[in-house]
Amino acid sequence: MKHRLSWFNVTSLTLGFAFLYLPMLILIIFSFNDSRLVTVWGGFSTRWYGALFQNQQFLDAAWVTLKVALFSSTLATVLGTMAAYVLVRAGRFPGRTLFSGMSYAPLVMPEVITGLSLLLLFIAIGLDRGVFTIVLAHTTFAMCYVSVVVSSRLMTFDRSLEEAALDLGCTPFDAFRSVTLPIIMPAVISGWLLAFTLSLDDLVIASFTSGPSSTTLPIKIFSAVRLGVSPEINALSTIVISIVAVGVITASLISKHTIARRQREEMEAGHG
Amino acid sequence: MPSNPAIAANTRPWRDPAAKPFISIKSVTKRFGDFTAVNDVSLDIFRGELFCLLGGSGCGKSTLLRMLAGFETPTAGQIIIDGQDMGRVTPDKRPTNMMFQSYALFPHMSVEKNVAYGLMREGKSRAEAYERVGEMLKLVKLDQFARRKPHQLSGGQRQRVALARALAKQPKVLLLDEPLGALDKKLREETQFELVRIQETLGITFIVVTHDQDEAMTLATRIGVMTEGVIKQVGEPRQIYETPASRFVADFIGSVNLFEGQVQSLDGSQMRVRTTDLGEVLAPSAPGLSVGQTIWLAMRPERAWMTRDVPPDGVNTVPGVVQDMGYVGHMSSYLVQLANGRVIRVTQANEGRRDNPISWDESVHVSFDPPDFRVLTE
Amino acid sequence: MSDALPTPRRFPLTAGLMAGVGGLLGATAVGWLGLPPNVALLLSITVGVALLAFALGRVMGWSDRWMVIAIPLGWFLVFFLVPFFVLGRISLSEAIIARPPYSPLWDTAPDGSIEILASLQNYGFILGESLYRNAYLSSMQVAAVSTVFALLIGYPIAYYIARSEEPKRSILLLMVILPFWTSFLLRVYAWIGFLRREGVINNLLLWAGIIDEPLVMMQTPGAVYVGIVYTYLPFMILPIYSALEKMDGSLIEAAEDLGCSRLSAFWLVTFPLSRPGIIAGCFLVFIPAMGEFVIPSLLGGSQTLMIGKVLWEEFFSNRDWPVASAVAVVLLLLLVVPIVLFQRNQQRQQEAGK
Repeated sequence: MKHRLSWFNVTSLTLGFAFLYLPMLILIIFSFNDSRLVTVWGGFSTRWYGALFQNQQFLDAAWVTLKVALFSSTLATVLGTMAAYVLVRAGRFPGRTLFSGMSYAPLVMPEVITGLSLLLLFIAIGLDRGVFTIVLAHTTFAMCYVSVVVSSRLMTFDRSLEEAALDLGCTPFDAFRSVTLPIIMPAVISGWLLAFTLSLDDLVIASFTSGPSSTTLPIKIFSAVRLGVSPEINALSTIVISIVAVGVITASLISKHTIARRQREEMEAGHG
Repeated sequence: MPSNPAIAANTRPWRDPAAKPFISIKSVTKRFGDFTAVNDVSLDIFRGELFCLLGGSGCGKSTLLRMLAGFETPTAGQIIIDGQDMGRVTPDKRPTNMMFQSYALFPHMSVEKNVAYGLMREGKSRAEAYERVGEMLKLVKLDQFARRKPHQLSGGQRQRVALARALAKQPKVLLLDEPLGALDKKLREETQFELVRIQETLGITFIVVTHDQDEAMTLATRIGVMTEGVIKQVGEPRQIYETPASRFVADFIGSVNLFEGQVQSLDGSQMRVRTTDLGEVLAPSAPGLSVGQTIWLAMRPERAWMTRDVPPDGVNTVPGVVQDMGYVGHMSSYLVQLANGRVIRVTQANEGRRDNPISWDESVHVSFDPPDFRVLTE
Repeated sequence: MSDALPTPRRFPLTAGLMAGVGGLLGATAVGWLGLPPNVALLLSITVGVALLAFALGRVMGWSDRWMVIAIPLGWFLVFFLVPFFVLGRISLSEAIIARPPYSPLWDTAPDGSIEILASLQNYGFILGESLYRNAYLSSMQVAAVSTVFALLIGYPIAYYIARSEEPKRSILLLMVILPFWTSFLLRVYAWIGFLRREGVINNLLLWAGIIDEPLVMMQTPGAVYVGIVYTYLPFMILPIYSALEKMDGSLIEAAEDLGCSRLSAFWLVTFPLSRPGIIAGCFLVFIPAMGEFVIPSLLGGSQTLMIGKVLWEEFFSNRDWPVASAVAVVLLLLLVVPIVLFQRNQQRQQEAGK
């Protein structure tokens, strides 16, 4: 379909993307500002990056965040994949409506509610707040995101592949392990990455469920930012943005390359 | 030369009432909610058969096949394979293997891994399994492609991998769901014979589900014609075509002209039938008919013959006008309008290069030999 | 008969593997997460029981289906549903200076009679105070207005991306998704540098001579709107995009062929077909925005009243857990209808996808 570019489309697109990217761009530029006064350009410098890596509090918080993210995203991936499987494949069972409700609701649930209610639960059952409680909390909301990603892949999955595995002598569990899982793996991995990012990023739920010894990076950033703009945070943001940009772009290039190769091979097979 | 009935009974066990069926489907019903997909079907299939379940979409043929494979559980009834009740046997424990309509090749495994998959689950050693994989790939002529992934194969090659994979475990019964459905016409015709060759080489019982009557006619030892969850008729291809048991079957297989009429008189092997379209005609009598009964006469288009003049010895002859014709090469197909407006279909073989074939708008006489009528009561 | 042969079981291997992984996880959990030993023990017992049930189930030939259902269902029940009951229970208490800082729901008097202490007074309190009422109303207003703006900005972008050809489409889509993966907190923070008194906009305008005095943009309701729209924009674009992408382009051509103008083709064909995406997008923006805390507390001033912030302060500053719980319960009740509608919309789409 040939389409015409209306001025309306182009303008809204440009404005929309400017809106999304301009603040981040400014932030990156100012992270290389030599001046402590964030407003004035005092020449190019990387001193704030150095300062960031000297800041023991930030480094400790980063380590806690990473641990939480690793554990919760892995657990969330296992549970979320199971939840997706139940949603798409398990058919009808008592409590299905409740189940699907509980697997969508956390996606939109305001974080203050999730955080507060989980905290109250932990206190009610006498669980000391710390890294472990953050892991539990993050797993709970991240598994819903994993479930959404994986279930959308499962919905387009040709069910006869699983039936073929059963037919060839597999138990359902074996069929899942040897056929379903390898095929939906890309979705499972993106689910894991999503859960990991969400966990790294979360401030509100972590604030409620963390203990005094388990301050995460977002909590640290938040208390620093509340006091005003800080060049160290600019440097940190630049690092985060670069890592994410490189990661996402690499991933999309790889997937594009794979798809292109596959299409080429399919073409060749069709002619051969 | 003395005829040998033993051999006949061996190759066609269904003709022998004492033969023991290999697969018995006993009053099987399958309901999905309010919808009855398969309704009280009973069917016996014998060892070494290539049985085709033929029917339109939604007729229940695939559901029946899936019940044999164990993917669906019958709501009522029983399935017995080789003397063993399949009631509580899960798909992985059944002596059946299935070739799926979509082929269901595992996209993340190479051709040989796909074929070896079932063998490895059986606990065969790697060497043993791969020896068998080699044999199977040779059988389907794909030994060059063992290392390829499914997406690197053409449609026909994928189909053969699916076949090799399903056959690798030496199932007692191979179930094939529209095995040739995804192939183009030319490839489909070649593959039909290939499939028969493989079946005869291995001697495994094949049950094929198809909606394509040509495919069923070419492949099958016997055909079961299904509609609305019921098997309407079971028989050899020739029987189904020549002696359909009902109007549905007559109309479903090939094309047919059906004439409604009442029995006028019965006279030994023949009877006179009063029809609205053809007037009074002679037809072969059948047991159990009575005078005045409403019956239908089925006539295949190629059994009618057409002449410009009244044939001297014609018994059942009606005049008509050629309304339309189509030249298909080896034959021509005509639509002839009879005096009362009814249009019938007549085909004529183009044997010699006749100078003056019958053409549009010509007045013709269409004749039917009484034995070529098939008398139907339902 | 061949099928009488026992099928070789790889069960010991699987079980061994699982036990190994479990042990490793347990050990790291104690060391890394700094779990108290009693919790670690509880955890190991839970995992052990689950594994045992699983193994027993396999030997007894029970369906694995129930295990697969039970695990995520159990998790949801314990960590999603039960917390709401705890929340509701605490909202009926009274704040006291103790550990935990709320009163029990009943008390046994010395004569053995049971005295009910639970009361709805917290609800009466928050519904009576104009502070809370206004906070709810203004949260609703902020969320609604932001949703409308996100839709107005997001729809054209989604439409344009869905209509563009590869490879442009993938690149644009990537540009929408990219901010979604970067830290939300840092993106909100980026706006501070943009909007503040000595920020980029003011400096630019002053330099250009358009204004003489810096504009006050930070700590205004406007900044909160900008922050919310900015943060939630991808959540609006993506569902609309996926609805539009599924649409057959020839439908519009058919409509135009049948005499529709481009604009009316859009209103009669494209727009209705993208409605599930619009609905999903609006809920994905509106519901979380209602309870938003970070954006109003970073970009908004003291005059921007949002319920998420009120709840936070009630909990962390005033340490009044029962009132904070009551605030959360009321917010939850306000959101029940949109959440249920959202879920219906999702389920319908899922069914349509099958």
